[in-house]
Amino acid sequence: MKCPDNIVLYMHEYLDEEIDEHDEELLKKHLQTCPKCQSYFHELEKAIALVQSTSHIQAPSNFTENVMARLPKEKRRVSVNRWFRHHPLLTAASLFIILMTGSLLSTWNKDHEFSVTKQPNLVVHNNTVIVPEGEVIKGDITVRNGDLQIEGKVEGDVTVINGENYLASAGNVTGEIKEVNEVFEWIWYHVKKTSKELVSVFQDKD
Amino acid sequence: MEALIKKRIKQVLKGDQSAYGEIVEIYKDKVFQLCYRILGNRHEAEDMAQEAFIRAYINISSFNIDLKFSTWLYRIATNLCIDRIRKKKPDYYLDAEVSGTDGLTMYSQIASDSILPEDEIENLELQETIQREITKLPEKYRSVIVLKYIEELSLNEISEILDIPLGTVKTRIHRGREALRHQLRNV
Repeated sequence: MKCPDNIVLYMHEYLDEEIDEHDEELLKKHLQTCPKCQSYFHELEKAIALVQSTSHIQAPSNFTENVMARLPKEKRRVSVNRWFRHHPLLTAASLFIILMTGSLLSTWNKDHEFSVTKQPNLVVHNNTVIVPEGEVIKGDITVRNGDLQIEGKVEGDVTVINGENYLASAGNVTGEIKEVNEVFEWIWYHVKKTSKELVSVFQDKD
Repeated sequence: MEALIKKRIKQVLKGDQSAYGEIVEIYKDKVFQLCYRILGNRHEAEDMAQEAFIRAYINISSFNIDLKFSTWLYRIATNLCIDRIRKKKPDYYLDAEVSGTDGLTMYSQIASDSILPEDEIENLELQETIQREITKLPEKYRSVIVLKYIEELSLNEISEILDIPLGTVKTRIHRGREALRHQLRNV
């Protein structure tokens, strides 16, 4: 029996999935009847299968590191930017801390002068604020860089920054009494105050 | 996947080198395998694969971002390997007969560094035989066969990678397959 012309070409076209229907039909019919072409086709398929069977090999370890080490150096600016981009939380936190401490320290440094909340009936004597006996102060009192001596009654909170607070036995404070002396306490005081304000803002909203 | 690669390439274009590390990590096995199957030698393959990644990095600004990155990368790697084959004709082949011995090849001179179970040895031997037969193919058939059957790329992509017409790719694959059929029929 004579093999059709181009039968080997059809085999290749079939293997490339590029054969047209008519030729495929012809190829299939012929392969069923011709043992010679059958074994030829089988050998082609076997060769492909063997090549495909070569197990997938992997790049040696450290391949990426070796490539990266051989690349031309990048600009410094980029690596700094990348660090910030890759650590957004750290960046935000450190920025917050820097700004916070900066502003707090500047308030701290600015406030080395004696000051007191303006309230009627307060007596100021040599950096000492006195709440005279028998007087009632309605509202909060804050004293900076001075002492506070309470002989009367305060209906509100008392805060003494960088100073001392003397509460006479007859004295009376209805609110909280706070003394702030160190920088860190000062910061803590500010943080607490801010958060209290925040909380009250949210509570107001509700 | 392609979208991720494009994003990384844009970062590399802005000068971010570490984004390139991810690209290398994704393609290193494919590129190394391509080089190894074409060259038939691990050491040379590692050299060429590294070189391919470095050239791709240096020339990344000339890469057209609308095209497939892998096609471009494989093209660089394939060209490097083909150049390597053309430039360097090795002084000896491992499977050349050692003079004065009867049928002994250099393979038998290499000490095996570990004792393997018999079927693993058989499998390794088969792998070596196949690789040796691939390496025996003329370089123009070898690259198409490796791209088609080991990297499993389409004929169109192979034509782009090698920068040759589709018809030429088909002819080379046919001839490469014929050669392999002949070489591997008795394995």
